Amino acid sequence: MRLSSKATTLLILAAVIAIAPVFFPSSYYFRVGSLIFVNGLAVTGLVILIGYAGQISLGHAGFAGIGAYACALAPVHLGLHPALAAVLGALLSAAIAYLVGRPILRLKGYYLAVTSLGFGILVSMVLSNEAQLTGGPDGMAVPELGLRAVLKAIGIDLSNTEFWYAFSGLVLVLGAWLALNLYHSPTGRALRALHGSEVAARTVGVDVAHYKLVAFVLSAIYASVSGSLLALQNKFITPDVAGFMHSIEMVTMTVLGGAGSVLGAILGAAILTTLPQVLTIFQEYEQLMLGLVMMLVMIFMREGLLPSITRRIRGRAE
Amino acid sequence: MSLLQIEGLGIDFGGLRAVHDVGFSLKPGEIVSVIGPNGAGKTTLFNMISGVYAPARGRVVLDGEDVTRMPPHLLARRGLSRTFQNLQIFQSMSVLENAVAGHHLHERGSVFADLFALPAARRRSQASGESARALLDRVGLGRAAEQEAGSLSYGALKRLEIARALALKPRVLLLDEPAAGCNAVETEEIDHLIAQVAAEGVSILLVEHDMKMVMRISNHIVVLDHGEKIAEGEPAAIARNPRVIEAYLGAQATEAKHVDG
Amino acid sequence: MPELLQFLLSGITVGAVYALVALGFTIIYNASDVVNFAQGEFVMLGGMITFFAHAAGLPLPLAALIAIIVTAAIGVALNKLAIEPARGAPVVSLIIITIGASIFIRGATQLVFDKQLHRFPAFSGDQPILIGGATILPQSLWVIAGALAVFVCLWLFFTRTLIGRAVLATANNRVAAQLVGINTKYVMTLSFAMSAAIGALAGVLVTPITLTSYDVGLALALKGFAAAMLGGMGNPKGALVGGLLLGVLEAMTAGYISSQYKDAAAFVVILAVLFAMPQGLFGRKSTDRV
Repeated sequence: MRLSSKATTLLILAAVIAIAPVFFPSSYYFRVGSLIFVNGLAVTGLVILIGYAGQISLGHAGFAGIGAYACALAPVHLGLHPALAAVLGALLSAAIAYLVGRPILRLKGYYLAVTSLGFGILVSMVLSNEAQLTGGPDGMAVPELGLRAVLKAIGIDLSNTEFWYAFSGLVLVLGAWLALNLYHSPTGRALRALHGSEVAARTVGVDVAHYKLVAFVLSAIYASVSGSLLALQNKFITPDVAGFMHSIEMVTMTVLGGAGSVLGAILGAAILTTLPQVLTIFQEYEQLMLGLVMMLVMIFMREGLLPSITRRIRGRAE
Repeated sequence: MSLLQIEGLGIDFGGLRAVHDVGFSLKPGEIVSVIGPNGAGKTTLFNMISGVYAPARGRVVLDGEDVTRMPPHLLARRGLSRTFQNLQIFQSMSVLENAVAGHHLHERGSVFADLFALPAARRRSQASGESARALLDRVGLGRAAEQEAGSLSYGALKRLEIARALALKPRVLLLDEPAAGCNAVETEEIDHLIAQVAAEGVSILLVEHDMKMVMRISNHIVVLDHGEKIAEGEPAAIARNPRVIEAYLGAQATEAKHVDG
Repeated sequence: MPELLQFLLSGITVGAVYALVALGFTIIYNASDVVNFAQGEFVMLGGMITFFAHAAGLPLPLAALIAIIVTAAIGVALNKLAIEPARGAPVVSLIIITIGASIFIRGATQLVFDKQLHRFPAFSGDQPILIGGATILPQSLWVIAGALAVFVCLWLFFTRTLIGRAVLATANNRVAAQLVGINTKYVMTLSFAMSAAIGALAGVLVTPITLTSYDVGLALALKGFAAAMLGGMGNPKGALVGGLLLGVLEAMTAGYISSQYKDAAAFVVILAVLFAMPQGLFGRKSTDRV
């Protein structure tokens, strides 16, 4: 039996997440792994926006910021459990994405890029400026999720880094499953159709404005949950999470691995998350390298690493 | 009773009258062709009727409803569908997916169901998939279903666009040069297909340069020149009309002379 | 009233810088349909190179000249190495390439020079000039004069010179321009050189007032792009007016509402303008051909 591309992707992803810890020499690698999954989640959302629907956003870190600060603020001010705070953050992100997306998605290409960028900057500006609430540029503490204690009570004793590795890995697989379902669904086809030709999509009845908004809101929810996970596992958050560089990193990871493929984009997240962590020499050269990677991949492998490589392998096999 | 009625339609581009005061009508199951020399405004007329351009003057009435300046996706819901002169294929999709995408109005549903692959979503996808395969068979692309759309020949892509437009189950179908770039055999196939679709009661508005085909299958012909309607009538009458011969065939004759010389 | 005048004067000064960045955008956009997100880095390079050349003992005018020439060369290199090889790529790819270039230039500057804030002396001293109760720095006059001079030169270049008209022809229709014998590659190179040089000039003029460091480019690029959008993409007159308007708008917001949110106000107003007039103040309406 030939597996569908959806099943293959999920199997590869789950297998890598489950088996990788066998090779981890220290608990530090669990930490790197969970960062990859957190970024991978945001990037999976951008696959829906960039890869499926062909729209760009340079402001999605803004939604990550909303998700992150929801986890920091809602438990303190509303008395919500951190998990519910994350859900609240996702709902808030969805609502804001809806309100912001309606006008800005009428714009195309460069205009959309710049206005979304402006939105992201607005969010990080508010987070930095409203210091009484958010602690300003110094950031603020985030309460414990508490799930690890529950697991311990039922006999599953994980270290902090192990827990976050497993938990964010699980959320990532779930996120990937949803995105892959979407790809093969009527909604996914409508998104890919408007990516291919907006005018043709319109003439077969696709309400282009509506579907662009669907992609924008969904990707905002992914970014928001990713921000929440980051805040909860770091137990501390600064406005950088909503910053321009974070938005750019998210987009770069997406297109580096291949915006059209969930697995490719997660691979992109893995590469760009790991390099600076593993090679400390990169700290100094991080911007230089990031910029160089962005240019080289877009010039020589427009579809991204994974699609370009699989195409080459297939080409050789035939 | 006409299904589609065009009244005094006109549009200007930068002060230039691209189309002016064009009117005609289509009955159910009728094939009407719009002909005229290059630049006569045929595609512009199509773009206005299908909601891609907003006309400056005039009305488009579909089944008694004024649909002037209505966006294309709402026209699609009312049963108006079209193909494009410059192909507008969904390049990164397979041939089959292109045809399935044409079923959008029949298969769309809740995003939530689509995300979680609920049975309802899968049923919708499956139904449109089956219908798409049948349509591909009908236009002779059944064996190419799994190929990437970008790999098809020009003529095959033209047929794929027709299949995608038919997926809508339209009442009015606008075909913009469906036989352009096709060889004699392919042209004849398209010819048959159009006649068949019309026989099922679909009104067809056709722009085509292949005069033999136009004369053979049209019930009615509208002739444009410099954006204005200069004649309309049955094919035999149009072929004899001196203004048409002067404007259209005359232009062709000059073109022919250039080629010969 | 002196307060209002004061805000107006500082707004026009900042606006003149935005106008210069927007003019840089316009030149490249017209020649290639590319929006160069690295445009702000040219301004940064102009300031940084001038500072370090001056600190190394060169007289200021010579240091500034070197900065402008070096930046123009970097602009040409950007075109040859990153934009030309990506010709025909989708807009998303081009956005990422030029943002990548911007981050690369920033990273390289930080390695070659440093991460400190720098300034060099103003051209005509720091003694403020009194105008109707408000003050303006002599350097601000330099900035404003610079923006106007560049605008006039560009206008003459595009309307009175053969090569300027070739650039416009290329912008209008690339293939047709090639057919009539215009070397479109040369036009591209020239556009990047001019655009980078104008950016660097802006950096040279404004650094004595606002200071410079390796990371000032992005904010300038954004404001410059916003100004170009406001005025109507691709229109030099729009770039000038859009830049000045944006600068005044920011200064008024900072003065009367909140200095922390001056950038926010600018964006909000630009969004409003875009939705009311998607083509900007001086842009032309376009129709997609199907």
